Amino acid sequence: MKHLNWRGAVSIAGFILLWTLLARLKAPGFAEIPDPAAVGRAFWDKYLPSAAYWRSWAVSFERVGYGFLASQLLGIPLGLLLGTRRLFHDVVYPVVELLRPIPPLAWVPLSILFWPTAELSIVFITFIGPFFIIVINVHDAVRGARKEHLWLARSLGASPSYIFRRIILPSVIPAVAVGMTLGIAVAWNVVIAAEMIASDAGLGRLTWEGYVSHTGTTVLIGMISIGLAGYLSTLLVTYAEKRMMPWQR
Amino acid sequence: MSGALSIRGVSKTYDPEGASVEALRECSFEVRAEEFVAIVGPSGCGKTTLLNAIAGFDTVSAGEISLDGRLLAARPGPDRVVVFQHGALFPWKTVLENVTYGPLKQRALSRPAAEAKALEFLRASGGLDTVAASYPAQLSSGMQRRVEIVRALMNDPRLLLLDEPFRAMDGFSKATMHQHLLDLHRRYRKTVVFITHDLDEAIYLADTVVVMTTRPGTVKQIIRVNLERPRVPQMLYSREYAELKKSAAESVHEEARRAFERGEKEQA
Repeated sequence: MKHLNWRGAVSIAGFILLWTLLARLKAPGFAEIPDPAAVGRAFWDKYLPSAAYWRSWAVSFERVGYGFLASQLLGIPLGLLLGTRRLFHDVVYPVVELLRPIPPLAWVPLSILFWPTAELSIVFITFIGPFFIIVINVHDAVRGARKEHLWLARSLGASPSYIFRRIILPSVIPAVAVGMTLGIAVAWNVVIAAEMIASDAGLGRLTWEGYVSHTGTTVLIGMISIGLAGYLSTLLVTYAEKRMMPWQR
Repeated sequence: MSGALSIRGVSKTYDPEGASVEALRECSFEVRAEEFVAIVGPSGCGKTTLLNAIAGFDTVSAGEISLDGRLLAARPGPDRVVVFQHGALFPWKTVLENVTYGPLKQRALSRPAAEAKALEFLRASGGLDTVAASYPAQLSSGMQRRVEIVRALMNDPRLLLLDEPFRAMDGFSKATMHQHLLDLHRRYRKTVVFITHDLDEAIYLADTVVVMTTRPGTVKQIIRVNLERPRVPQMLYSREYAELKKSAAESVHEEARRAFERGEKEQA
């Protein structure tokens, strides 16, 4: 960090202060909510030294990693094919449009029936969330590639395969970046919900167990951990985007 | 390599979903080698359609377009390079990569030779060699336009096609770009077809101004500009310039009024 964002720091301090006041005063709805100091103490004493807690991080990160990576590896080529091959588009795009509006969590029952293990089911659901986002983003970017770039490349002697590799592919990179940013957020949303429903490990499960056992500190530590995990993933994706698009620095 | 362009009876009718739209009707005019021709007309009169047909991006429904006596095929080539209205530098390539793209792609030059030529052209284009390693987004719009013109010239085209390249610029930048373009034309002696809807710009830059009618676009008037070269801004206040503008303004304004009355949208 080059310089401290004082306004942001004051805002976070104000939020913690407000939370402390509401929790200590037992404001309506806050009777069961522990204050930040209690959450901090519980984290320090119970969770920080706990291998199980860090395993929850690792499990959720692993699921998001696999699901997100698979969504990009399959979604980007599919988006490119849909954008560049007319026949393929006409045959496959209606199916994409049919499946796309189905919320990822609606896939949970089918996924559990289809995949042999719960783990694969959760990774699949984490894959589905970002998958359609990247497919549509890449598809739209290919179709929206500037005709002037394509014309100019043809004028100057480029072959169709060269135009695909050196003109269309670079021109969809910004759309891939947007798809990755949106997709990673969706992947975390989905994995947490899926872990609450169908898993015995992960940050989502940790938070859910806190709720079931009426342990407010566990619920809040789970929530804060999920927020931090999402933030760290976004930092990674942002770093990858900057590497992918040096011309936008 | 000369660059004499002949447009004979060119018509173009679009037929999107059965709705026939006549964009051009029997356009004919000649452009001499090394001549600077400006085509003016109201928005939607088919100027860009004609330019796209010359460039080989679009076909014509009737008529012929030939360059140095040879009919042009309906496919683009490095002998006719376009500088587009909204710019078309590849944002993911540096200035040097953009400028050397054509010669390297056509294997016309080796990389060291292409880069040396590019740096020479960029230097001669107002010191652009200092931004050779920059990406287009890091340049001002005027610099981007100059880089685009250099990219076109690097291919040694017979025909340089400019589609309202200075449209979005403020008056000062535009005046600077005019002088720059005139300087390049004097130095490299390329045939230039320059699309614009700015009559002042057309008269100041061109040897010949072709005035087009509103849609369907056809040639309404051809004006020979007898202002001497090199052109200097003081000429804008000369009697000769005023007379040329007067002779062209009437037909341009008449077409603009007709276009307005027909509710033409901006689509040139």
